[in-house]
Amino acid sequence: MAGEERSFVTRDIPLPAPTPDTAPFYEAARRGELRLQRCSDCGMFRHYPRPACPRCLSRRFGWERASGRGTVYTWTIVRGPTLPAFESKLPYNVVDVLLEEGVHFVSEVLDCKPEELYAGMPVEAVFVPVTDEITLVKFRKAQSSSAPST
Amino acid sequence: MRRSAIRDKAAIVGIGQTRFARTLEASEYEMAVEAIWNACEDAGISPRQIDGVVRYDIEQIDEEQLLSVLGNPHLRFFSATSWGGGGSASVLVVAAAAIAARLAETILVYRARARGKRSSYGPGKHQGGRYWEKIPNVLPGPNQWHVPHGLVAAFQEMAMISMRHRIEYGTTDDQYADVAIAFRYHASRNPAAVMRTPITREDHHRSRMVSDPLRLLDCNIETDGAVALLVTSVERARDLRQPPAVIHAGAMAAGSHHIRLPTFFERPFEEQSPVRVARELFAQADCRREDIDCAFFYDFFTSMVILALEQYGFAPRGEGGPFVENGGLQWPRGRLVCNTNGGQLSEAFIHGFNNTAEAVRQIRGTSTSQVPDCEFVLVAGANTDPTGAVILRRL
Repeated sequence: MAGEERSFVTRDIPLPAPTPDTAPFYEAARRGELRLQRCSDCGMFRHYPRPACPRCLSRRFGWERASGRGTVYTWTIVRGPTLPAFESKLPYNVVDVLLEEGVHFVSEVLDCKPEELYAGMPVEAVFVPVTDEITLVKFRKAQSSSAPST
Repeated sequence: MRRSAIRDKAAIVGIGQTRFARTLEASEYEMAVEAIWNACEDAGISPRQIDGVVRYDIEQIDEEQLLSVLGNPHLRFFSATSWGGGGSASVLVVAAAAIAARLAETILVYRARARGKRSSYGPGKHQGGRYWEKIPNVLPGPNQWHVPHGLVAAFQEMAMISMRHRIEYGTTDDQYADVAIAFRYHASRNPAAVMRTPITREDHHRSRMVSDPLRLLDCNIETDGAVALLVTSVERARDLRQPPAVIHAGAMAAGSHHIRLPTFFERPFEEQSPVRVARELFAQADCRREDIDCAFFYDFFTSMVILALEQYGFAPRGEGGPFVENGGLQWPRGRLVCNTNGGQLSEAFIHGFNNTAEAVRQIRGTSTSQVPDCEFVLVAGANTDPTGAVILRRL
């Protein structure tokens, strides 16, 4: 980011700071895996990570590998204003993906024109390294024929 | 009907505000004081008599700063409500609860807001008063799940909620325009409003897309200004200068909150906070939905007013769009006359509090778009999670 004026607001993309609660998610993302918390008692998946199951209140859980497949539930095309870090991307999409595991995941569909997005569009996860520590989970139009059509 | 302990115990007896404008020279502190003094003048109460304060938790001017200019009154009760616009009616619920519990007798409720560069954070392009422009670049909290993907502002989150509503119910641009046109018409009748030029459907459709499906004319206007209200007991209110706006019913509800979009869509409609608030409110109240003469919804976006009509039960699920058509919200003959000041879409954006002041004027009979014989008024906070609402009534 050389040559940027010093400003209160960063010109870098704000990035997650993993905590003990979330580190397993980011470790998995670095390996190219989408892992979600799953309740060890009732089996419900949950996202974002948290220490108890909202359905059965169990505090026992594991980090289970998700298929990475889902469908677009809703979206927006951001046309600005936005943070300086995203200005050069305008317009860009933000999508809410309903994963096969039944949880919602906010992200972006890469290489997708605004007019191509639709509700129910099958997508699959791709992994985009941003720093040594952080790999963001993005999506792309489903390539495999096994993608769900819900 | 369940009689709540706050029912008809407290009343709004003073309203005060500053001028509203895109940018004012005054600081938030100065604006807060101006609005408070005006509210005291309106009520015939000295600032020294204030013994309680309820503020928004996003408010910059705190109790200490206020005490130092209110003549050091003995503050017996203070509190703050959370979630920005979601808490904009909850402040009245808390104030009414404190009055009913006799923890205080004269409670100040206020909001001062400066988005103007000079009056708040400095002159830089990105140093305005918008909280999201100050998002740190290291995210340990819940915003790590959306901010890195470019979802940084409330209007983008609300756009995604609005888009889902369109997907499910076919809500249209024309229906969005109906809301914007009605509220601008109200503003055109209100000398205090910032945006007073009436707009057409074409104006709406031509305005630039900000975050699909929301256009510029779907969004609240950015303004500086302050609004203050004084709440006291109904017994005392009878002897004061103005006809009291009695807090007849009040409710709050919290769920997993709206900024966490990953969880927002996992909750069924019936569990959304505004739906729960409405259920509780009308369980407490002496009136039914049909008896509400005028309503104030948190109009941060046209689409969210349409959703609020469904959440508060004025329109069946999915039929908020048709409800607003053909002047459905417009004074004087709408199905439900709403936001007669022009709302936050056209009068000013003081996190809902300018709407509350207008709700009081409707009860007093002094609105520039007065609903005849107005007895019951609904005031709702932002219809995301958590939130609150009150019903005001004439004494």
